[in-house]
Amino acid sequence: MKRRFVCAALPTVALAAGLGMAGCSVGEVTGGSDGGGSKGQVTIRLLVPVSGEGQTGVEEEMIAAFTKIHPNVKINLETQPGGTDGDNLTKTKLATGEMPEVFLYNTGSLLQALNPEQNLVDLSSEDWAGKITDSFKATVTTTKGGVYGAPIGTTSAGGVLYNKKVYADLGLKVPTTWDEYRANNEKIKAAGKTAIIQTFGSDWTAQLFVLADFGNVMAQDPDWAAQYTLNKRKYAEQPGLQGWLNQEQTAKDGFYNKDAASAVYDDGLKMLASGDGVTWPMLSSAVAGIAQNYPDAVNDIGMFPLPAQKAENTRMTMWMSNAFYIPKTATGDKLEAAKQFVAFANSEQGCQIQNEKSTATGPYSISTCQLPADAAPVLKDIQTWQDDGKAIPACEFLSPVKGPGMPNITVEVGRGIKTGMQGAQLYDQDVKKQAQQLGLPGW
Amino acid sequence: MSSAPTVVAGAPVVNRRRRRWSRDRAYPTWFYLPAALLFVVLFAVPTFASFYFSLTRWTLFNTEFIGLDNFVMFFQEPNLVKGFTNTFIYGFLTSASKVVIGLLLGLLLTGRVVGRGFLRAVIFFPVLVSTIGVGLTFKVLMDPFHGLINGSLAVLGITGPGWLTDPKYALLSVAAVDVWKGLGIATLIYIAGIVSIPQEYFEAARVDGASWWQNFWHITLPLVRPATTTVILLSLIGGLRSFDLIWAMTNGGPGFTSDVIASVIYKQYQAGFYGLSTAGNVVLFVVVALIIIPLNYFFLRREVDR
Repeated sequence: MKRRFVCAALPTVALAAGLGMAGCSVGEVTGGSDGGGSKGQVTIRLLVPVSGEGQTGVEEEMIAAFTKIHPNVKINLETQPGGTDGDNLTKTKLATGEMPEVFLYNTGSLLQALNPEQNLVDLSSEDWAGKITDSFKATVTTTKGGVYGAPIGTTSAGGVLYNKKVYADLGLKVPTTWDEYRANNEKIKAAGKTAIIQTFGSDWTAQLFVLADFGNVMAQDPDWAAQYTLNKRKYAEQPGLQGWLNQEQTAKDGFYNKDAASAVYDDGLKMLASGDGVTWPMLSSAVAGIAQNYPDAVNDIGMFPLPAQKAENTRMTMWMSNAFYIPKTATGDKLEAAKQFVAFANSEQGCQIQNEKSTATGPYSISTCQLPADAAPVLKDIQTWQDDGKAIPACEFLSPVKGPGMPNITVEVGRGIKTGMQGAQLYDQDVKKQAQQLGLPGW
Repeated sequence: MSSAPTVVAGAPVVNRRRRRWSRDRAYPTWFYLPAALLFVVLFAVPTFASFYFSLTRWTLFNTEFIGLDNFVMFFQEPNLVKGFTNTFIYGFLTSASKVVIGLLLGLLLTGRVVGRGFLRAVIFFPVLVSTIGVGLTFKVLMDPFHGLINGSLAVLGITGPGWLTDPKYALLSVAAVDVWKGLGIATLIYIAGIVSIPQEYFEAARVDGASWWQNFWHITLPLVRPATTTVILLSLIGGLRSFDLIWAMTNGGPGFTSDVIASVIYKQYQAGFYGLSTAGNVVLFVVVALIIIPLNYFFLRREVDR
């Protein structure tokens, strides 16, 4: 009888001890980041989404410089993956109140999905808030006004990055129509190089054929974005359909690299820098990655917009800067420290760090930041289109409607699993969920 | 042990019966209370709460009652049919593989074989490893250009396909890894089942001069039925609900071709459509219940009939 009792007691004790230890470790994970304490020491956290190694150079330098000026503030840098996985984490952290005191995120429609009025601190009374450009302000505000984000980084363009050296070697000219682009690609393919780099392993990169075509769509129908928000335009009809059809055609033409199905973003950088891949529909922010990992190749990279079918409709599609946001869960000393850091990022010193540590790929969104004298050559390419008045913000900055399934759907079109028309129809259905979740009228 | 109620004027009969009844039980019902509390709080309440939230548009802060709209939208999801098909293929394929291969391995590991203890440990070890770790490792191994699997095949002169990048093979590759990982448990259950067969049957069969195959078909297989039932039910439930391995290996890709119900639900949760994904979970719960409950009843009835 006694032995049986001991045998029963032992697992019970073990279970109780296990539960106790489990409770302890959970507590440590969530309680470890609390700062506060002696001599007004404040600890805040900075969250940056990354899609690869070594992308936090700017933030690390800013933290170092900021802590020199404010020695009582300690800033811990946290990273998380970007893309749709990162969107999930950001939304969850906001919903559960675990968001770090300052976090970096996109502007435009992706910001609207975070419900800024409910979750973020309104920063319109800050000093720098009066110095932001109008186009940036439109991307960090809501229908009720307010300024919820501070710009970080420059605007960038979405188009076709290309290796100038290879183009020169093969005697190719920058295309202004889709047919010219296709003809160039045929010549590149005949020369044994990859005409169009695709990296389906990082599924967000497959969207560029459609997203970068948006400028061309707006050139043909200037009211498209506003009507799209009211559910009166569809991607399954022209002019929105063309980007999808073009993507389907490039896949059929066999212009992609052999390992497109499994290649990731970093592989794309490598191919473009080395010249094995000659063109890449991508955001110009990729040049920052090349400047970091393949600095000798930076001067070889140029950019032209994704060509429309007719040359007069070709426009450069622009992406607005990302922004720093502060969640409403930051209060007291931490809120003050967070606001100071965000203001520092947009001060003269902060702008200098941005110029040094990252590559400018468009104008800044705040008047305190000036472009450096030694900007990468790709900037000149982008500047030309802006100066000519032929640069249009991307869809996500002119309309809050953006479906979560676009990366997957465009991957399917690029892999030839679905046709361009099927992809467009699928995406039109996909955005309905987002529009309804946002409570937009007309859906 | 009930007693006939005795008639005593004025005294209530129930007292005596209850006192005898509580004396016969080893533990009073109060011992169930902690477990019942945990069950209710962590399982029953969230399940019923989710039935409610599936009828709303939910932003985690406010809910807007919209009736069955979430379910309508979930069934209109274009990839849902594909997701359902994939779920059934995945569930039944992994379950069948685990049953057959598990039984064969169980027979092997209860027979006379060198290093039996070591082999049992090797078979069981994948069960203990993290699913995400296994998923990511195999994703690297299965890389069509830099992975070890295609590299080894290339040495033999065979060009391996894109295991996870070809829409035809993606789901099957993940199913194969799932079987590799889950085989240990199936084998374990079968070993327990085989070992518990009384030896008299085999001795009698030997006297009658039965071959190995007759031994297997007429003695082992019928008597190991409880183990088979357990393995089928457990692996089917797990297979139909499987998520983490598929997510780690393909993210439901390429595109949507290896999506199962669980990853469809997760993607909607990821996009912030909390009400819609809860509706999806309710659908998954109902589908799994509709398959497992009749199956369970069928097996139970057959066991009792024996």
